[in-house]
Amino acid sequence: MTASPRDRADAPPRLALSQISKSFPGVKANEDISLSVRAGEIHAVLGENGAGKSTLVKIIYGVQQADGGSIAWNGETVSIPSPKAARRLGIGMVFQHFSLFDAMTVIENIALGLDEAVDRDELKARVAKVLESYSLPLDPEREVHTLSVGERQRIEIVRCLLQKPKLLIMDEPTSVLTPQEVDRLFETLRQIAAQGCSILYISHKLHEIKALCDTATILRGGRVVGTCDPKVETTRRMAELMIGSELRSIEGAHGGTAGMARLAVSDLSMPGEPPFGTHLKEISFEARAGEILGIAGVAGNGQAELLTALSGERLAASPQMIMLDGKPVATTGAGERRAAGLACVPEERNGHAAVPDFSLAENAILTARYRLPLAPQGFIRLGAVKRFAQAVIGRFDVRTTGPAAPARALSGGNLQKFIMGREIGQEPGVLVVSQPTWGVDAGAAAAIRQALVDLAAKGSAVVVISQDLDELLELADRLCVINEGRLTPPRAVADLKIEEIGLMMGGIHGQPEGAAAHA
Amino acid sequence: MSDAILVSIIMTLVASSTPILLAALGELVVEKSGVLNLGVEGMMLCGAVAGFAVAFSTGSIALGLVASVLAGIATAMVFAVLTLSLTANQVATGLALTIFGIGTSSLIGAGFVGKTIERLGPVFPAALSEHPWLRALFGHDIVVYLSLALVLGVSWFLSRTRPGLILRAVGENDASAHAIGYPVIAIRYAAVAFGGALAGLGGAYFSLALTPMWADRLTAGRGWIALALVVFSAWKPGRLLLGAYLFGAVMTFELQAKAAGISWIAPEVLAMAPYLATIAVLTMMSLGRKTGRLDAPACLGKPFSAP
Repeated sequence: MTASPRDRADAPPRLALSQISKSFPGVKANEDISLSVRAGEIHAVLGENGAGKSTLVKIIYGVQQADGGSIAWNGETVSIPSPKAARRLGIGMVFQHFSLFDAMTVIENIALGLDEAVDRDELKARVAKVLESYSLPLDPEREVHTLSVGERQRIEIVRCLLQKPKLLIMDEPTSVLTPQEVDRLFETLRQIAAQGCSILYISHKLHEIKALCDTATILRGGRVVGTCDPKVETTRRMAELMIGSELRSIEGAHGGTAGMARLAVSDLSMPGEPPFGTHLKEISFEARAGEILGIAGVAGNGQAELLTALSGERLAASPQMIMLDGKPVATTGAGERRAAGLACVPEERNGHAAVPDFSLAENAILTARYRLPLAPQGFIRLGAVKRFAQAVIGRFDVRTTGPAAPARALSGGNLQKFIMGREIGQEPGVLVVSQPTWGVDAGAAAAIRQALVDLAAKGSAVVVISQDLDELLELADRLCVINEGRLTPPRAVADLKIEEIGLMMGGIHGQPEGAAAHA
Repeated sequence: MSDAILVSIIMTLVASSTPILLAALGELVVEKSGVLNLGVEGMMLCGAVAGFAVAFSTGSIALGLVASVLAGIATAMVFAVLTLSLTANQVATGLALTIFGIGTSSLIGAGFVGKTIERLGPVFPAALSEHPWLRALFGHDIVVYLSLALVLGVSWFLSRTRPGLILRAVGENDASAHAIGYPVIAIRYAAVAFGGALAGLGGAYFSLALTPMWADRLTAGRGWIALALVVFSAWKPGRLLLGAYLFGAVMTFELQAKAAGISWIAPEVLAMAPYLATIAVLTMMSLGRKTGRLDAPACLGKPFSAP
């Protein structure tokens, strides 16, 4: 009945799933899944996008009903027909996309999450107590839309903690957090577990699971493919179990046969967007044919501003500040720059890189029409558009129903694969990408990185702006650091030591303290 | 101007504001739950004709008021089934509901055109209203006091009670409310029914209190003003009261100007005054805001179906 070898016979596990199955039209989301979670254990459910993790936790939380199998809670078989029933048992859940109400205050949001009506003053006192005992900074009277993502997540956590849960489900909790906020969250989770509450931690991020979890159950294609102790097991082995094949190393990175400069930025200065934008200050760099230039830095140091300046969403003061293949483009708009061969992928997928309510095919037209004959003379060639979108979906393994699926229906990682594929498929002369693999699972991230390396090998210049230093060291030929709107001179990655990058990041060491205090 | 004239102006102002206030207050609750029901005019007309027909047949104004509330709810339920259960487009359905209401009220009212009844009288004994100024306080009918109590009640309900908080949550983020476990559709049904009840009552105020006789299209577009008022009020009941009385003042001005025989303004222009005021106020509201958000509930008008 149980799956974990670490169960003790005398104490029944807090939660035991046995042979849970769930099918949707056309897909078996869960098949014979068994796992068990002990009291106070942090148990990871590990798997790629589409492995069935979300369906499994929805069944545990009562959002969906299993077709087969049984759930035992403290040794007794239970049925969980609704989230309310789950909460009554002592199961709390923090969703990947928070169920928050932007125009309402923190305290109103918390009140909405409680099953019983609580007097306002009493609730305030209870919230204050939870905030204090877990030392979580949060102002109960603020309206949610003024809060950072980390603060919003804290509301959800407080909401769960108020009900004194015995099991807390965290669904991809770090996909939207900054590194500082992740550290902060882990401290809180360890504290919660130390007090006896079990945690079911859903993720595809191996290093997080290694840092946090006691046990990991690995899912692939809706089935359990392994259970291990992540602190002992190697990252590579878990990744291979997760994607079901040997993890490929990127081939041909650091090729380093750099040619002429395709993108040259000189003395680019630009005021930040009010009220909180970072000013760009005298930014100069060259991206050469055949190379990948990495731009590292802690979030909020001007990465977003640099990307909009390069894409043409915001125009510079003088045309010569940005030269594309020798032509001044700094004062021409985004469409012309795309036509000339400069493609950009911003960090936010929905709303910036893609229109959520448009289909994938329509989203493909929006940027690809400048370089591919998808809409000559303004008339859309539906066949060509569909073929292009289909090709992107196929090449980058985008999990979707097809080119007609709306962008918002895709998970973050899948949409990212589609957007990256859309841009790479146009074979631009210069590609600027921000956070190319954020929220993408390991297998797909490797595919995206390989595609970037291949694009550079064909003679394009690729600029990767990322907070993931490991990614940059793996990909980039040369590396610079952006810090408070200034860019350091690029250094070749081959002869760069980690300590030197630390030095390049310079003033950043003072910042995480402040950022963490606010975040 | 003598006290008597001033008091009579106030009486007219309050009376002409009341049906708009009622309909708009109902619609405010509907919109707070995230539903945009543009069929206010239609629901008012159905309430008006049902109220008149029952009052005329039974001789009881009270029964007429009850009938108007029920008729308003029934009309609103047509909208609710179409938009909430069958997820039809709310804008198109609301417009259709207005046309439906106009047609239905004409059909039922055909036999009543020109018939009169005794109008709804003041609720307090006449002795209290002998002095002109006391009349301004105590001389109104029951629906006026009810409408004021409802403004307070709705305001308290939305800001101070848990069901009110849940209703706002449903209008703010239906998917989240569903994820937490609130019955989004059922809550919206209740809100739409409440909106229908108040629109029906507001309509009956025309046929039972303002002009106690039946005429085709008796409400004369006041339902549309009620809709505009909800935006004007930024979805706040207190401001809704202010707005309704403001429009009542404009309409009273129109009547007084006609009565006083002012000839230098064309009567057509006077008749336009409430609608011109609506447009002017709405434009000023949008100019005053930088964000353009106007505090509308975030899910207003979006269909919801449980995943």
